[in-house]
Amino acid sequence: MASSTRVTFPNKLLPYLLLAPQLAITAIFFYWPASQAIYQSVLREDPFGLSTQFVGLDNFRRVISDPNYVNSLQVTVIFSVATALIAMALALLLAVMADKVIRGKGIYRTLLIWPYAVAPAIAGMLWLFLFNPSMGTLAYLVRSAGYNWDPLLNGDQAMVLVVSAAAWKQISYNFLFFVAGLQSIPKSLIEAAAIDGAGETKRFWTIIFPLLAPTTFFLLVVNTVYAFFDTFGIIHAVTGGGPGKATETLVYKVYNDGFVNLILGDSAAQSVILMIIVIGLTAIQFRYVERKVHYG
Amino acid sequence: MIQNNPIGRFIAHIILIIGIMIVAFPIYYTFVASTQSLQEIMRPPLSLLPGNHFWENYSAALFGGVGRIGGVGVDRLLFNTIVMALAIAVGKIAISILSAYAIVFFRFPGRMIFFWLIFITLMLPVEVRILPTYKVMVDLGLIDTYTGLTLPLMASATATLLFRQFFMTIPGELVEAARVDGAGPWRFFKDILLPLSKTNIAALFVILFIYGWTQYLWPLLMTNRNDMTTIVIGLRKMISFADADTEWHLVMVTCILAIVPPILVVMLMQRWFVRGLVETEK
Repeated sequence: MASSTRVTFPNKLLPYLLLAPQLAITAIFFYWPASQAIYQSVLREDPFGLSTQFVGLDNFRRVISDPNYVNSLQVTVIFSVATALIAMALALLLAVMADKVIRGKGIYRTLLIWPYAVAPAIAGMLWLFLFNPSMGTLAYLVRSAGYNWDPLLNGDQAMVLVVSAAAWKQISYNFLFFVAGLQSIPKSLIEAAAIDGAGETKRFWTIIFPLLAPTTFFLLVVNTVYAFFDTFGIIHAVTGGGPGKATETLVYKVYNDGFVNLILGDSAAQSVILMIIVIGLTAIQFRYVERKVHYG
Repeated sequence: MIQNNPIGRFIAHIILIIGIMIVAFPIYYTFVASTQSLQEIMRPPLSLLPGNHFWENYSAALFGGVGRIGGVGVDRLLFNTIVMALAIAVGKIAISILSAYAIVFFRFPGRMIFFWLIFITLMLPVEVRILPTYKVMVDLGLIDTYTGLTLPLMASATATLLFRQFFMTIPGELVEAARVDGAGPWRFFKDILLPLSKTNIAALFVILFIYGWTQYLWPLLMTNRNDMTTIVIGLRKMISFADADTEWHLVMVTCILAIVPPILVVMLMQRWFVRGLVETEK
């Protein structure tokens, strides 16, 4: 970019005033608490809050060797991978179909983007209404079919429920991006392959799918971030991390340990670990975006 | 044309319709439940057609006050949520457009440092600093206030980055011409930059309105009083599987009321929303 030759205004004080609101909020509500989290992660406070002591990386060591933490890491990975895969696969299928039809494209799109506006926690509740054992109609049907369905007691079934709700909510978002991605593939390329005798399935896997790779990769990162962080509401509203600890994700555990159980040092250490995960994910996302800006 | 395959197109329509049914069914089911009496809801399977308790349930939830959340009516929760969504959308756009303006159209010491300070906030979502943030809010006396619900969410890097990106595409000649004509920075901002940014602002408004409306962790931490909380958190408080006295018909109504306003915003502003989403996030 030609940023060095940009024409600008000569004012000296004005730009600082313009930046002031954002910087003030950022400093008070972002940087100060974040630095506190880092500071507390190397301290140990006694249960009465009377004395604190510097303990180095002890909190981190204890957190990482805690079987509950390892469990919640596993839960998060399973939850994220399942959610991202299901939400993306269904969205891709629907986008490819929407690209095929001639009539009704607009209507289909309008009817498919609803869930974007639904809060994750409410998405979870909607699915809970359908599938909870005491009054859910679909749960009733599943049970009448002879299957022992109770997501409030069975951990695997609880996981199925939260993954369904999380993936359901994310289909619209992925759909819109896949539709945009499909539109940017030159039709001549696909026609050329058709003339060479490539069938529909072959055309999809050898031309369309590889050309969608940038969109797919972008969505993979976005969906992972979504599954890690934005689904706290689903877990909190639907399962509360249970039954047992079967659906306790990392973010839910930070909340639970810090806010409910008041284990400050451990919660802070977990926060810092999460921070590192976010930094990693953001770095991947922006490296990729940079590349796209330069070569795309 | 390769698309001339009527059977393939027919299958495509079928798959799309099944997709729409999966997407719409949970919402439709909840709507049906919201028009039934408590006894009907507790006795599955539920009828697939709306019942005849629509007015009764909706007026009871909206204006009657819900027992489980201390007698607060859903109208109050809706009001809080609208305030939160609007304040966050408007505040965020205002704050971001000003700082992007400063970063792109001025040269001053520390410019890039400030840019990075804003950029790094991307990596510090509330989820990674729950407890210390709560402590700051308590110390500032912002728990159970609208300021506490909205102000801290108004600063974020995404909107600033978006405006910055857009401003960089504005040709320098435009700035030069404005300066030759004697327009100062304020005139340039008001008469040239704002009108040019209209589409971006509309797109961002939809996305941020939804963002504000669907917040969960933040209002959960920042509100203790039932009459200061949002509809999503209120809904969570109304539900209990352990207690027999959960008023499920009112829960269903609240659920529908929590879903409909943001869906309307997305549907009515679909054109800007889709463009904004797909173009800005890339």
